[in-house]
Amino acid sequence: MFEFKLPSLGADMDEGKLIEWKVKPGDAVKRGQVIAVVDTSKAAVDVEIWEDGVVSELITQPGETIPVGTVMARLNGAAPAPAAPPRPAAPPVPGRLRVSPAARKVALAKGVALEKVLGTGPQGAITVEDVEKAALVKREPKAEERRIEPAAPDRALEMRKAIAAAMTRSKREIPHYYLSQTVPMQRAAEWLAAENAKRPVTKRLLMAVLQLKAVAVALAGFPDLNGFYRDGAYHPVAAVHAGVAISLRQGGLVAPAIHDVAQLPLDDLMTALTDLVRRARAGSLRSSEMSDPTITVSNIGEGGVESVFPIIYPPQVAIVGFGTLAPRPWVAPDGGMHVAPTVVASLGADHRVSDGHRGALFLAELARRLQEPEKLR
Amino acid sequence: MTMTYREALRQGLYDALDRDERVFLMGEDVGKYGGTYAVSKGMLDKYGPERVRDAPLSELAFVGAGIGAAMGGMRPIVEVMTVNFSMLALDQIVNTAAMLRHMSGGQFSAPVVVRMSTGAGRQLAAQHSNTLEAWYAHVPGLKVVAPATIDDAHGMLLAALEDPNPVIVFEYPALFELKGELSSSDVDISSSAVRRRGGKVTLVTYGACLHKTLKAAEEVDGEVIDLRVLRPLDMAPVLESVKKTRRAVVIDEGWRSGSLAAEVMARIAEEAFYDLDAAPARVCREEVPIPYPRHLEEAALPQPEKIVAAARGLFG
Repeated sequence: MFEFKLPSLGADMDEGKLIEWKVKPGDAVKRGQVIAVVDTSKAAVDVEIWEDGVVSELITQPGETIPVGTVMARLNGAAPAPAAPPRPAAPPVPGRLRVSPAARKVALAKGVALEKVLGTGPQGAITVEDVEKAALVKREPKAEERRIEPAAPDRALEMRKAIAAAMTRSKREIPHYYLSQTVPMQRAAEWLAAENAKRPVTKRLLMAVLQLKAVAVALAGFPDLNGFYRDGAYHPVAAVHAGVAISLRQGGLVAPAIHDVAQLPLDDLMTALTDLVRRARAGSLRSSEMSDPTITVSNIGEGGVESVFPIIYPPQVAIVGFGTLAPRPWVAPDGGMHVAPTVVASLGADHRVSDGHRGALFLAELARRLQEPEKLR
Repeated sequence: MTMTYREALRQGLYDALDRDERVFLMGEDVGKYGGTYAVSKGMLDKYGPERVRDAPLSELAFVGAGIGAAMGGMRPIVEVMTVNFSMLALDQIVNTAAMLRHMSGGQFSAPVVVRMSTGAGRQLAAQHSNTLEAWYAHVPGLKVVAPATIDDAHGMLLAALEDPNPVIVFEYPALFELKGELSSSDVDISSSAVRRRGGKVTLVTYGACLHKTLKAAEEVDGEVIDLRVLRPLDMAPVLESVKKTRRAVVIDEGWRSGSLAAEVMARIAEEAFYDLDAAPARVCREEVPIPYPRHLEEAALPQPEKIVAAARGLFG
């Protein structure tokens, strides 16, 4: 017997509303299977389960809004999930939350969800004071208490709130440093044009895909930019699950992950990106896509701006921005000046984990990779 | 009445000798010389050589003689000059005095009081600067007390003489010039005491470190607890305080490994785990033989700044 709890589908998620169950009691479920659709403030998300088992009881009813961590269902389990899962990676498991023994006791008594309390004690531990502060700020419903949402929430407003919470936390907690570099794109543009000329329209590649791939490949030598900063410690991740910032038509944005970008061939990456954008806008993202990104890439070049100074999405530690690809004056290595397509690549990174020198090396590596587009396949 | 810690110790001895015919003082240089720290000055003249006895230079022999006298019905106060020399008498104290009642099936006990000075801080170099209270506090059958105030310097000796067990009284030369009011001659040797009320962090200590700790407490709103009795420990005030402050630092002049600080921290963890907001911390003597140069000696010992730093370390 094990419990299925509402997972956190991103740093900005406190609660979710169950839209529907995809399973019923008696159903056998497989690890990775979508078993429920949950509405977060950002999107309707297909929530996956991470253990094999048989559903014995569905506790949460569709329409209910419940805090993260609430037990939604009980299942009769197979053996517990293996420790090191194959891809797609399980939602990142943080180290045991650092909570002082006294704080645990008080949190239990007051019904405060510890996952959401900011620790100010030694090594970032949550203290009694932190719990008491959190209890004052926010009267959390106890895990057992659930309320029925009378009407559909104002999605745009909720999303604004969620973005505000995540970005405020980022700017409050993360000492950002920013670097940018103008990258010549003549070769990449020519290669892409030649490649696309050979393809039917439906198979054509976007420059954004090439850039995404270059970021993932360049990250190989920079574990300090790809991972999670949690509980006062940095946990690098080997695979690059790139969060792609996608703006939504109704306003706001999401940044779900494409898994293992470094390993994906360009064609698959293009397919994945198209699919992700479509599903993000339709509101059917999967839970692992919401919680997995190890770094985010923000490509708002289409908007015509020259460069981006993006804000890190916690608990990630870096974000890469691309400005507009446009013809600009360019001084060639021989000293001559001509007009060439260039793009300004920027990096926002967490100074607790890396230093400007490392960030500069990364941008240089990214620029170098973009000079060899044929190798990015 | 205002007096120094040294005068309080002396007053305690006078009162003990006056109160009970069976009490006598024995040790190296306690008579003609007046005591190494001049605590027993003038006593030989007042009480005579029967009750103030200079002992030969053999700790093993005269501590053993004291135990024998106690078994025979006397109430001896045996002065071992310093804890450093008491190592020579460990067999008598541990194997005889502490175990006698057990070994004799309850037929005999040894109500002897062994006084000794202890501690560092006086530039006496490694061999004369030990702080080994923890060794004695380890042994069942002994009571171990550490007077750190004027009242305790005076009264603990008297309470020790009334106790049916062998009692080790540690005296702190670092405090001999400490001045204070003798307010009560009725002190117990069973409880620890809150010496300063505070709200933020519990500071537990004993002996000479009490006064460094009181100084540090001013800066960190510390609640200071003087253990007073090192065996058996009275943890109740400590646990009560930790419940309030949720944080504890133990200050111990002994080496940290296997120290009294270690014991106190263990008990806090055992008995107040769910009251803690941070792992207990300690400030102890550096684990080196005490250096002779003053600045190095000071660096090797707990100091108010170290205590403040340790206390602040318990906050994020």
